[in-house]
Amino acid sequence: MSSIQIELHENQVKELVEVCRSFNNDPIELINVLHKAQGIFGYLPAEVQEIVSRELNVPVAKVYGVVTFYSFFTMLPKGQNPISICLGTACYVRGAEKVLDEFKKKLKIAVGETTPDGKFSLNCLRCVGACGLAPVVMVGDRTFGRVSPDGVQQILDEYV
Amino acid sequence: MDKINLTIDNKPVQVDPGTSILKAAEQVGIKIPTLCYLHLEDLNIENKPGGCRICVVEVQGRKNLAPACATACMEGMFVRTNTVRVLNSRRTVMELILSDHPSDCLVCAKSGKCDLQKTAQDLGIREVHYKGEQSHYKEDRSPSIIRDMDKCILCRRCEMMCNEFQTVGALSGVNRGFEAVVAPAFEQDLVKSTCTFCGQCVAVCPTGALTEVDHTDNIIRALANPKKTVIVQTAPAVRAALGEEFGMEPGTLVTGKLVTALKQLGFDYVFDTDFAADLTIMEEGTELLTRLTSYLNGNKEVPLPILTSCCPAWVNFFEEYYPEMEDIPSTARSPQQMFGAIAKTYFANKIGVDRKELVVTSIMPCLAKKFECQREEFKTDGNPDVDFSLSTRELAALIKQSNIDFLSLPDSDFDAPMGESTGAAVIFGTTGGVIEAAVRTAYEVYTGKQLQKIDFEELRGMEGIRHATIDFNGLPINIGIAHGLGNARKLLDSIKAGTCNFHAIEIMACPGGCIGGGGQPLHHGQSSVIMARQRAIYQEDANKPIRKSHENPYITKLYEEFLGKPLSEKSHHLLHTHYFNRSKVKVVIPKSKS
Repeated sequence: MSSIQIELHENQVKELVEVCRSFNNDPIELINVLHKAQGIFGYLPAEVQEIVSRELNVPVAKVYGVVTFYSFFTMLPKGQNPISICLGTACYVRGAEKVLDEFKKKLKIAVGETTPDGKFSLNCLRCVGACGLAPVVMVGDRTFGRVSPDGVQQILDEYV
Repeated sequence: MDKINLTIDNKPVQVDPGTSILKAAEQVGIKIPTLCYLHLEDLNIENKPGGCRICVVEVQGRKNLAPACATACMEGMFVRTNTVRVLNSRRTVMELILSDHPSDCLVCAKSGKCDLQKTAQDLGIREVHYKGEQSHYKEDRSPSIIRDMDKCILCRRCEMMCNEFQTVGALSGVNRGFEAVVAPAFEQDLVKSTCTFCGQCVAVCPTGALTEVDHTDNIIRALANPKKTVIVQTAPAVRAALGEEFGMEPGTLVTGKLVTALKQLGFDYVFDTDFAADLTIMEEGTELLTRLTSYLNGNKEVPLPILTSCCPAWVNFFEEYYPEMEDIPSTARSPQQMFGAIAKTYFANKIGVDRKELVVTSIMPCLAKKFECQREEFKTDGNPDVDFSLSTRELAALIKQSNIDFLSLPDSDFDAPMGESTGAAVIFGTTGGVIEAAVRTAYEVYTGKQLQKIDFEELRGMEGIRHATIDFNGLPINIGIAHGLGNARKLLDSIKAGTCNFHAIEIMACPGGCIGGGGQPLHHGQSSVIMARQRAIYQEDANKPIRKSHENPYITKLYEEFLGKPLSEKSHHLLHTHYFNRSKVKVVIPKSKS
């Protein structure tokens, strides 16, 4: 464990407290509140979970339990350019895993992580509905089709 | 309500609606094995996640096997608990659990008392057919509790005790799938969490995942050191439970054997925490009367109700959750710490031993006492008032290691002067006991009259929250009692809301009070064990020639020779404490898993 202290913007904290209030600070709304919180901060660092814990009167261990249970929630900030690699059936059979390995190698991060400079984060998803272009990679809102391991560097270069 | 009729293993059973198959089977002598299930009936504590699937049974007409603990009986049900299909499923489930469990039973702290081990034995497991990856977690050592999550089987008993019964919320199930584990927030160590070290997680853990920090080696070394004078104090709840570790019936009092064993172990003086309990009553009782008199004289600023402060897990709890109410609890230290403070000053002086050469040990039913005796405010120049605190279980282990045949021991008496105590001190070991002891003294001091009847039945029992009004010669005194921190929380919230009209409240963190403490012999889900200990405690009280703390001649002498009077300057210095705001838990952000 490392102890990076994160400073939250006052406005964002206010917004989060407001969100909790809009759900009547009801503990039963924990998942909905975390959903909105991730919308505000982009991720759910410990500080955000502590605020949610305090506002909804739910033990912070429980909040952390929910955050770590659902793969939608993340405790790590996304990069400026979030990379998503489709591992759906069509992409998978056409070599998406090799593409993923290449991204991991080039960026030196694992799935779910963000590069130290905050530029890129790496994630997997299941089918973006563009199976004709398999294997598909998304960077932010942009879609790249027929990606081969050799083409990975080219994609990254566009964002450097 | 109409009864439900069903058949279990060809035996007809009649039960109330809502009864589980497990409970119905018990009625006709069928013991279905369980693992995650836990039910402390007299205390209304139940863990029923239906997660381990060891208790599965076959219900005719139902496709899947049903968990007996979590399936309600239905009219006309036909249940089989021991078919080939059931036995095979149970074994498979057990083998899968064991496939992700270390097989170091021979050296495990729980060996011989482990529910997992026993159930595997009962199921006749001789081989684990599944080999694969095993979970590995960092061992977490707090001053009281060790968490070795490699041994966790995710029964969630600890989580239930911590969240539902204690409302401490230190533990939760985190992560998912193979990574799932029960842990504090952000998978930090217990010391950084809201943990009060009550040890109730340890008391219910079916495996060696949660155990106490073992200080027996420190004691053995101190006893072997000729330069040290080693003294021991034993808490009241220990004598009502220690015998269980040697196969005696729950509720057997072993006070005399306990003293003999401690003497044979080589302790230079064998004393009684009960002596300090009597002292606590003198201080806490006087504090109660002082606050009460001041209040009755028109000072409405006086903080009332006064709350007892002898339970260290409870102290940790209000420091964590109610720091703004820190002026309400009595400032009196716990009996363990009062004993330590007097031992290392008054007694050390008496026998001419420097406090650094005097080793004060305690035998406690409690794990929070281990944390308490390490608190900085209970040290003088870095030397703690109490050096080591051992649980009842550790003492049993120490006795066994030292080749002492406990069952054949004769009885002995505690040493003087700190071994003399009254019946009032003995009942400190059960819920309701501290306040009854305080009432016995406060009544006589306040009214100047002698009590006609010493037993206050209205303060006794096992209800989570109890209250009674005691007539102090025309002045009605409202008394509240809570055991279990969840129940304590309810009373604290009512004080906060101003809806509470109690003058004094006793709070104990553990179910049943110290008799159900986290350091006691394991009850394995049998609340009758705790009930039996309670009866033993009241029996010991009834047997005592002196039953009121202020009549303890050695306490009178201590005040004459050393302390002056209750709440004197010296008393304040040695017997009272102050509280800290522990509510700000530092946040550490865990690094990502790679």
